[in-house]
Amino acid sequence: MRVPPKYTQAAAVAVLGLATLFTLAILVFIIVFVLNKGLPVVSLAFLFSHPEDMGRAGGILPTLIGTLALPLLAIAIALPLGAGTAVYLSEYTEETRLTRAIRFGTDCLAGIPSIIFGLFGFIFFVTLLQMGWCLLSGGLTLALMVLPTIIRTSEEAIRAVPRSYREVSFSLGATRWQTVCRVVLPNALPGIVTGVMLSIGRSIGETAAVIFTAGSSLRLPQSLFDSVRTMSVHFYILAREGISNENAYGTAAVLIIAVLLVNSLSYWLMHRFLAGRA
Amino acid sequence: METPAKIAVRRLSVFAGPVQCLRQVTLDVPRHRILGVIGPSGSGKTTFLRALNRLNELTPGWHVEGEVLLDGQDIYHPAYDVTALRRRVGIVFALPVPLPLSIADNITYGPRLAGVRQRAALEARVEESLRAAFLWDEVKDRLRTSALRLSGGQQQRLCLARVLAMEPEVILLDEPCSGLDPISTAKIEEALTALKSRYTIVLVTNNTKQAARVADETAFFLMGELIEIGPTRRIFTVPADPRTGDYVTGRFG
Repeated sequence: MRVPPKYTQAAAVAVLGLATLFTLAILVFIIVFVLNKGLPVVSLAFLFSHPEDMGRAGGILPTLIGTLALPLLAIAIALPLGAGTAVYLSEYTEETRLTRAIRFGTDCLAGIPSIIFGLFGFIFFVTLLQMGWCLLSGGLTLALMVLPTIIRTSEEAIRAVPRSYREVSFSLGATRWQTVCRVVLPNALPGIVTGVMLSIGRSIGETAAVIFTAGSSLRLPQSLFDSVRTMSVHFYILAREGISNENAYGTAAVLIIAVLLVNSLSYWLMHRFLAGRA
Repeated sequence: METPAKIAVRRLSVFAGPVQCLRQVTLDVPRHRILGVIGPSGSGKTTFLRALNRLNELTPGWHVEGEVLLDGQDIYHPAYDVTALRRRVGIVFALPVPLPLSIADNITYGPRLAGVRQRAALEARVEESLRAAFLWDEVKDRLRTSALRLSGGQQQRLCLARVLAMEPEVILLDEPCSGLDPISTAKIEEALTALKSRYTIVLVTNNTKQAARVADETAFFLMGELIEIGPTRRIFTVPADPRTGDYVTGRFG
């Protein structure tokens, strides 16, 4: 027996709507749960004072700095490398077996668990290059971790720029590089920003790879060669060692707000840039 | 050096991979005239046009044999500067493609690439080229708004103005009116007729009446071959080849 289309349509709307509602509800629940438990501890003093007694008392200033510095460093390293690779692959090479192999390789790298990157960073940067646990070791390791994501999202975004735009640019006397700078990258920007934000999110949330490479010092870092602790690591240690559940949730609340702020800021900057162009 | 022909095409063949799209075409594009190129779709008109400023080579797998002499110099010579060539030989595509920039920035795209920096010079180029493309009066109050908001006919005239702003010597047009209404078409044709005293124009068109209206000389292409070329009036009244006669009178194609 055939179900009339108007019923399947109604059923589809109901199922899809419920799925969306369910997803949203879980998200909202998590955020409200964490904020509810964490916000009571959060105050200006909590944000801007040093931790005392392993984090049992005092604030989270060093971890706030660490959380800002480490992903920033990782993106500063990974974005030029990743976007450069994406431009090279999509604009300067024709599709060959080699480019397909490179693309397959980056896909594989993107799927490797972060702990492996952490181990590699520990062996290579911390031990072999004798950089020790520090901001730079951690930043380099996180950069390697997010590099595949940045390459692939940038490449998708670049490929989505219409071919006709490039043709117009060439026909007006532009070189390939001028076309990349003036037409391709500006139009690929929203996609590239999405990749960067995914990467910032992953870097901010990372614990294992960070502990292995940047350490977990609670002192305020003075240079790239000082060990740092990020909020995620702080949260992990506070909760795992049973040091302070209140402060752990407080840190988590700040972390969530920080991620929301970073994402909103990136979108705002991007829209301002695009509005300025046309 | 003033050669009699602005562009001299000699035994030009174009291949897309194993497929030959253009067969041994030899013709002269006369200076300060409009050359109309007509023929059924698939006859190699667009391939011919794009061979004149080396746009075909942007597509992987294309190659060219023969010579295209611009003022006596072979543009396919390995030492020839291709970006300079494209500044001298501008093209307007069949579908208008404004870049997602403001109207003014679309116009100044070419001049900026060529190194023009002074504001006043750029603004002068914007006004001159928009006037020459009969678009100035419609857009002069919104030069800073997005070019994507213009109508199709306005977009195509913007594309013509964008080419004019480069101050080229030759303008190639690939069915520039195929998507336009009769009024926009008339405006483009008016612009072309006014422009031919300063430029050499090659107009590919699917509309034989358009060639009859604006072209000084007309070339008829069929299946990648040049069948004949001559003064437009002769092509349309006493063609040398019966296939030309059949096409221009609408018996096929």
